[in-house]
Formats: sequence, structure tokens, C-alpha cells
Amino acid sequence: MQVQLSHPARTIEIKGPKKAKDLFKELNLVVEAHLIIRGDELVTEDEMLYDQDQIEIRPVISGGSPRFTSHE
Amino acid sequence: MNCTKCKIRAVIDLPRHNAAFCKGCFNIYAHDQVSRAIKSEKMFGKDDRILVAVSGGKDSLALWDILLKMGYKADALYVNLGIGGYSDVSHAKVVNFSETVAAPHGAVLHVHTVEQEAGAGIKELAMLIHRPTCSTCGTIKRYQFNRVALAHKYDVMATGHNLDDEAARLLGNVLRWQEEYLDKQSPSLPASLDGFAKKVKPLFRLSERELAAYSVLNRIDYIVEECPMAKGARTLLYKEVLNRLETESPGTKQAFYCGFLDKQRKPEASSTTMAEKDQAMLHPCSVCQQPTTADVCSYCKMMARAKTHSV
Ligand code: SF4
Ligand SMILES: [Zn+2]
Ligand SMILES: [Zn+2]
Repeated sequence: MQVQLSHPARTIEIKGPKKAKDLFKELNLVVEAHLIIRGDELVTEDEMLYDQDQIEIRPVISGGSPRFTSHE
Repeated sequence: MNCTKCKIRAVIDLPRHNAAFCKGCFNIYAHDQVSRAIKSEKMFGKDDRILVAVSGGKDSLALWDILLKMGYKADALYVNLGIGGYSDVSHAKVVNFSETVAAPHGAVLHVHTVEQEAGAGIKELAMLIHRPTCSTCGTIKRYQFNRVALAHKYDVMATGHNLDDEAARLLGNVLRWQEEYLDKQSPSLPASLDGFAKKVKPLFRLSERELAAYSVLNRIDYIVEECPMAKGARTLLYKEVLNRLETESPGTKQAFYCGFLDKQRKPEASSTTMAEKDQAMLHPCSVCQQPTTADVCSYCKMMARAKTHSV
């Protein structure tokens, strides 16, 4: 399956089928800091992902989006 | 995984609440958390006019969206910092949200463009006055937020700070024991001067992941990229550490920050310290004289039991 990652933006190929939870483990990513999006739908960690799926792992943590505080 | 409430397929699980929700139930949950924050911190009422600071990121757009859908009178301010492509994209996302979602609620978007007033973007401006970009940026945003609130007579200024922001900031202050900053960490601050608006953070009960989920589920088109100036910010490190703790032990961030708020709210409870309480309850063990709350201390009891068993 195609997995789209950010920071830096890149796409990698991962062999399916695979549970979303295990994909996180394989990529060494912290669940609390990411969302998994299949197509344009959110899926939970126990969802099975298949080879034909388009997956995006989206980081949710921002250190500096301008929220009217200085990010010093 | 199925929705804890209505049993259809869940789209997000929330380990810290021991729950998983479908889209509909998640939206109810998110609105409920904001409503609890507004009430518990006495932030504002339905008649107050609110000015939301929006950046084009998930938190501030989600905040604007939630307030409007809850029936509050909320307009917004966007400050274009003039940071090349980043500002172009975030500006476009804010305008798009304003036109498609906010305008139908009768809400207005105010825009301030740094370049128009200062003649240069934030980076060039900071270089000109020999200040770090981020502190220049902070000064400008605070100033413009106040200016617009005053000029248009808003009662409240709201920012999209979430649970992760507040917990990370608290961690930073506690690690260095910057007690003078702890007072300013309340999610509801009164106006600093007469005539100015109060400042509130209605999203402090929602985590960053929950706000991203809210935006994705409700098709809010936000800018995922970071401000290019944000790299290396210490906040990111604190958030990372907190999220590793959260993954191992769900609920940690909330216990840390909301526990702090609870403690601050309570007036100095009892003046007796832990040590004084201990002293009041302790007396010498009748066998060995070491301090204990019982007649015979637990060590002597243990040894007595060991001897009867070994015989
Ligand atoms: S990271 Fe960007 S938005 Fe945040 S304070 Fe610095 S310049 Fe401003
Ligand atoms: Zn449901
Ligand atoms: Zn001044």
C-alpha cells in the first residue's frame, strides 16, 4: 500500500494486509501524535489496511502554527 | 472497533476516556468538552461578541467552527505574516473557511497584513530591528489582536490553544520552577486594562489529536505544514515527551494540566503539612520504639509472623 508521510513529505510502499496499529509500530511512530486516514476517511488503530489502500499518516502536533503566542 | 455510544463503526478511539466514537458521537463529545470549558472557567455567554484568532491551522479553525455551530457570536482575525508560501497557503485556507462555513452564520473575517503596514514581512522586519523572528511575531500578533478587539468592541478574545499546548507550557514552567508564569496559565484571563477584552482558551480540554480528528471529520481544510520559523522549538520536545507518556498511560496530559487548574482554584486548603499530619498520628512501637501508627510496627509484626512460621 502507498503510505503518505509528512515532515518531510514523502510516500513509501508497505506490504499489506496489515493492522493500522502494526503499521505505527513498524514505522516507530507514536499513536497519540498521528491520525490514520484511508482515502479521506479516518480509521481506528485496529483497522486492517490492504495493498490497494491509499493511506496517509498525518502528524497532529504543531510547535509553531501561529496561535497568537510567540513560539520562542 | 465500534462506537461506545451507538455501536456503529468507530472512526476514532480515545484511550484517555476509554471510548471510541463514530463521527456523530465524536462531534457531540467535542462540543461537550468545549461547553464544559466555557462554563467551568466562566469564559463568555451567548450575548458576548467573540474575536477568534485564526491562523489557518487545525486548532483555530476548529475553534471558530465549534463556536459558530454552538450558536455563539464569533468573528475572526487573521494576521498575514508575509512568510512566503506558508502565508499564502494559510491565508487562502482561512478565506476559504470564512466564505464557505463562517459567512453563512453571519460571521466576519478581519485580516491584518504585516507587509502592508511595516513594508516588509516578519522575517525582514525582525532582522531590521535585531530581534528573533518569533518574538517579533508574538508582539505583532498580540498588538493586532488587541487593536481589532478594541476597535470593533469585542468582549472576548479566543485562541485555539489545546490541551497539548497548555500541558507542554506547564511542563516547561515547572521544569524551571518559573512560578511567576504559573498564574498566567489560566484558560480564562481578565482584561489587562480597562476597555480591553478578556482572553480565553476554550479548547483546553481537547487534545491536539482530537482537534485534528475534528477537522478531518468535518472536512475543515487546514494547513498541515508548520510555520517554517517553528523548527527546533522547545515546545515540540515537551509535547513529544508528554505524548510518549500519554501513549503508555492514557490520561496523563489531562491529569497534569487539569489537576493544576483544580489546585489553583482551591484556596490554600489546610495549613497543616504532610509532615505535621504524620507527627500527629505517629507514636513509638511497643516492641522496638520506631515510629508507627499502630501498637506494634509493621516490621515487628512481620518478624513475629516469620518466627511463628519457621518454628
Ligand atoms: S513559529 Fe512562525 S508563527 Fe510561530 S511565532 Fe514564530 S514566526 Fe510566528
Ligand atoms: Zn456513535
Ligand atoms: Zn504601543
